[in-house]
Amino acid sequence: MSADVSIEEVERVAELANLDLEADEKPRMQRDLNAILGYVAQLSELDTKGIEPMAQVSDLLDSIQDAGHGAELRTDALRPSLDRTAVMSQAPDTDGTFFKTPKVIER
Amino acid sequence: MTETTSTEPLVEKPATIAALRAGIASGTTKATALAEHYYARIEAHNPLLNVYLSLTKERALQQAERVDALAAKGDPLPPLAGIPLGIKDVLVTRGAPATAGSAILKGYEPPYDATSVARLQAAGAVLLGKINCDEFAMGSSNENSAYGPVRNPVDTDRVPGGSSGGSAAAVAANLAVATLGTDTGGSIRQPASFCGVVGVLPTYGRVSRYGLIAFASSLDRVGPFAGNVRDAAEILGVIAGHDASDATSSRLPVGDYVAESDKDVKGLKIGIPQEYFGEGLDPEVRAAVETGIDALRAAGCEIKPISLKHTSYAIPTYYLVATAEASANLARFDGVRYGYRSPRATNLASMYKLSREEAFGPEVKRRILLGTYALSAGYYDAYYKKAQQVRRLLAEEFLTAFAGVDAIVTPTAPTAAFKLGEKTDDPLAMYLADIYTVTASLAGICGVTVPCGATSSGLPVGMQVLATHFGEGTAFRVARAVETAQA
Repeated sequence: MSADVSIEEVERVAELANLDLEADEKPRMQRDLNAILGYVAQLSELDTKGIEPMAQVSDLLDSIQDAGHGAELRTDALRPSLDRTAVMSQAPDTDGTFFKTPKVIER
Repeated sequence: MTETTSTEPLVEKPATIAALRAGIASGTTKATALAEHYYARIEAHNPLLNVYLSLTKERALQQAERVDALAAKGDPLPPLAGIPLGIKDVLVTRGAPATAGSAILKGYEPPYDATSVARLQAAGAVLLGKINCDEFAMGSSNENSAYGPVRNPVDTDRVPGGSSGGSAAAVAANLAVATLGTDTGGSIRQPASFCGVVGVLPTYGRVSRYGLIAFASSLDRVGPFAGNVRDAAEILGVIAGHDASDATSSRLPVGDYVAESDKDVKGLKIGIPQEYFGEGLDPEVRAAVETGIDALRAAGCEIKPISLKHTSYAIPTYYLVATAEASANLARFDGVRYGYRSPRATNLASMYKLSREEAFGPEVKRRILLGTYALSAGYYDAYYKKAQQVRRLLAEEFLTAFAGVDAIVTPTAPTAAFKLGEKTDDPLAMYLADIYTVTASLAGICGVTVPCGATSSGLPVGMQVLATHFGEGTAFRVARAVETAQA
């Protein structure tokens, strides 16, 4: 765990995150990521060998009490969904039935 | 600075829910008149404080009229009949804007109500409007909103705390009797401390997250702000409980939190973790919290020093877990189905990238980048998996502590409210404002912030009362004892 993020890494991560950073944002993000990751590096002081990662509070609760977290799934039954007109009224571009986007496949 | 248009005091304690309900039931108060009174206060003070982003006056007055009609017939009133409330703008409300404090959702009007909002409405509450917050609930000062910062009503040159700063400020300035906020790493408890009101972090799973615009799904919680502990307990009782629309919502029965809050605290064991009273804690904050601890001792509590030795690892753990989840949750803002779409886009990929680049603010981008980095190939084990392992250590440490004490008491924040702009250029310094709150967030336990005094310059100080999973009743009981001792 070492913090030394290069500009190229900032660009790579921005690409993965679908962000098109402006030129002047990149050095600022590089500075901030290095500061935060440098601080985060203190976690390497802790020996966590053999400790099960905890992704959800229910990972912990289910072993100590019957909290019923996600224990039962909903019945798989038909039920009304959101009103299409209301949903489409909020879309940036629509033909009233579908969301419209720029072409996905270009020739 | 914009001046307020009113000569009325900015800080004003709301009337209690019980008093307002009794007035409405007896006919001495009309719900419609009460709503109009609150809209008048909002009109007078909102230009300065910037608390409300939008008002839902038509919906509010229709609800108030229904309540007045019930009262006129002498019918039984639901628990929050006619009580004017405000909603943090990360919770969706049918037919009213929901921006999450972001430009990417400007103008978006969701087609459904969040479960917590629907439950308040069903309990007769009058929903006044939507309240300003840090963008996607990311921040500790409410300075990251695309719609401008909220000012602290106690001192308008200072921040109200974040990210639910608007919800805390609304109660402190009596622009609502109570409000809903959300807490991911301290976003209810810290602003409650900065504004001198009561704020509640319910146990993870106690309140449905359905209709909450997600920041970090394993941490996000919906909870109330109020002017006193009983009112906060009452609101939590209304919004808590199982919801089939949220797979993490608990089926455990909801307690009678108001009755719990009224119970005597004599004989309760209160743990004081030494790690929360060390370097970095402002001496005036320490003194106020110690006054609160003395009040609990005088009320018959047994005060026990305890140790939570992994506390210093909570901030790095939190920022890895939260940003990793945020990077995934915020992928849905891509300009396809709702929200902003860049007019410069020429193809699908540029539509995603330009829409997100143009409409997300700097703190949101910073967290998306950090989270994406921590999840990316080659770094996953070193950062994200490591953070999840430390999360378990922190959570188990609380479980061990709660085997010996009924509640744990700490400062809520290391300082009182800081000045606007004071920390905006240093994200790491800003993150440290959450140093006493993030551990409970990671562990999933519950907590209440209750005012316990003030600094010499009159800034409020809050005490954090933590209880184990689903121990809200105990947290309210201890908080009420601290509140009563100051009355």
